[in-house]
Amino acid sequence: MEEEQGPMAAEPTMVRFYLMGKPHQVPTGLTIQKAMEYAGYRLLRGCGCRGGFCGACGTVYRIGGDYRLKVGLACQTVVEDQMYLAQIPFFPAVKATYKVEDLPPTAETLISLYPEILRCVGCNTCRKVCPQEIEVMRYVAAAQRGDIARVADLSFDCLMCGLCASRCPAEIVQYHVAILARRLYSRHIAKPAAHLAQCVAAIDRGECADLDAMAAADPAKLKGLYNVRDIEPEDLEAAGQE
Amino acid sequence: MRLPYFPGCTLHSKAKGFDASARAGAQALDIVMEELPEWTCCGATFPMAADSAMGLVAPTRILASAKAAGKLLTLCSFCYNTLKRTNRVIATDAERRRKVTTFIEEDYQGNVQTVHLLEVLRDDIGFEAVAGRVVKPLHGLKVAPYYGCLLLRPADEMGFDDPERPTILENFLKSLGCTVVDYPHKTECCGSFVAVSSPEVAQGCSARILEAAVKHGAEMLVVSCPLCQYNLDRAQRQVQAGGGPATRVPVLYFSQLLALALGCDEACLHLEGHAVDPRPRLSKWLGQTSQATALV
Repeated sequence: MEEEQGPMAAEPTMVRFYLMGKPHQVPTGLTIQKAMEYAGYRLLRGCGCRGGFCGACGTVYRIGGDYRLKVGLACQTVVEDQMYLAQIPFFPAVKATYKVEDLPPTAETLISLYPEILRCVGCNTCRKVCPQEIEVMRYVAAAQRGDIARVADLSFDCLMCGLCASRCPAEIVQYHVAILARRLYSRHIAKPAAHLAQCVAAIDRGECADLDAMAAADPAKLKGLYNVRDIEPEDLEAAGQE
Repeated sequence: MRLPYFPGCTLHSKAKGFDASARAGAQALDIVMEELPEWTCCGATFPMAADSAMGLVAPTRILASAKAAGKLLTLCSFCYNTLKRTNRVIATDAERRRKVTTFIEEDYQGNVQTVHLLEVLRDDIGFEAVAGRVVKPLHGLKVAPYYGCLLLRPADEMGFDDPERPTILENFLKSLGCTVVDYPHKTECCGSFVAVSSPEVAQGCSARILEAAVKHGAEMLVVSCPLCQYNLDRAQRQVQAGGGPATRVPVLYFSQLLALALGCDEACLHLEGHAVDPRPRLSKWLGQTSQATALV
């Protein structure tokens, strides 16, 4: 956001937002979470990692005068003027218990544990409220037809904040279906990484030159190494050959 | 010819042979079926309540995704029925069109014609041209066409063929060299999804159809619907348990015979997994591998 220029530039511009209907004035540029703290709230639960990863601070809001519902993570979304907020730190959800090693990676598995996925009417509301912009309806469709790999792929960035389930007219708990699919995928479909076994064997033999170098490196160098790392060397090779 | 293609959920799961054989058969006739990049379940049943728009949402979104081509090819009778009837609502009912299209945020006026592969073969390729491409004529194979309900009815909305005396499957089978078996009950209901709540009722419906077809000399039935295939084929699995029909007649998708007659790779046929194995009767036209598998 651009800083306002002029004689008042030194004074922070204030915005008015509403929490559970009560107005609060806070300086611009704060995240919703920091705005709540600025307004005097102490966050004990539902504030999570504060880094945009844990999904504990799902927030639904409207901007005054606009009928559209908007969503964001309170730790990531910057507070705006005329924002009417509702925090959704928790949403009730059914969760199946299972031993993933005993389950075949099929449509029947998903449907027997979460039969409500067949109630999807394709309204796409889940997609519209996903703060991660995941194609939720698409992966529910893939789940219905047993395309486990596609569910796993489409849902990969899910934080399990629960906003999709909060708005689903078919009462589906999408993110629990998705994590089941990702578990089935990693357990039964993805091939084991051969290089992992090789690396472990090398470490067992005491060949730890790479680790020693990393242990000696300064944080800046470590960050550099992290950013250029091979995530799945074999997969990258395979992708290169295609 | 390139056509956007909506497979529907069952053709990606329980009816892979329908999908694979249709794609291969179409390709042999220079039709490229281009699967929509993204699609959901069509809803499987056309919503009958005139004051509810919920059931129109998914099929309208699917139709809108094919609006650039103006045509959408499908195979399953349920999908075909649902898409075609939904499109009629969108094209003719301005109020429901406005409600549904503003909800899904798509500018869609109902311009997409839902077409069935059988219609493409009849109207765009022509059955004579299909006959000209046949490399393994299925001479001597006595096949009973089975239409079921959803391809034909309601007739004024579907406009697929004569609802009482349809001929499209008959003409299709003749183009492959088959002997067509005429019999009553070819447009009767197989039991449909009553198979879930009252399997014995559905089994009775299927038994009447199967017995009539066999009595008139059928060695095989062809269908265009995964649920008809399931009901007719599975009903015959119950024989040992008692109560089922006293027939052992294979039930195939029409596309499986198409791909076979056009000489497509047999892997696309998925002849395994039928309750009544069609491979013994088709052995004359199958390669060594399929026959060996059939014997095991």
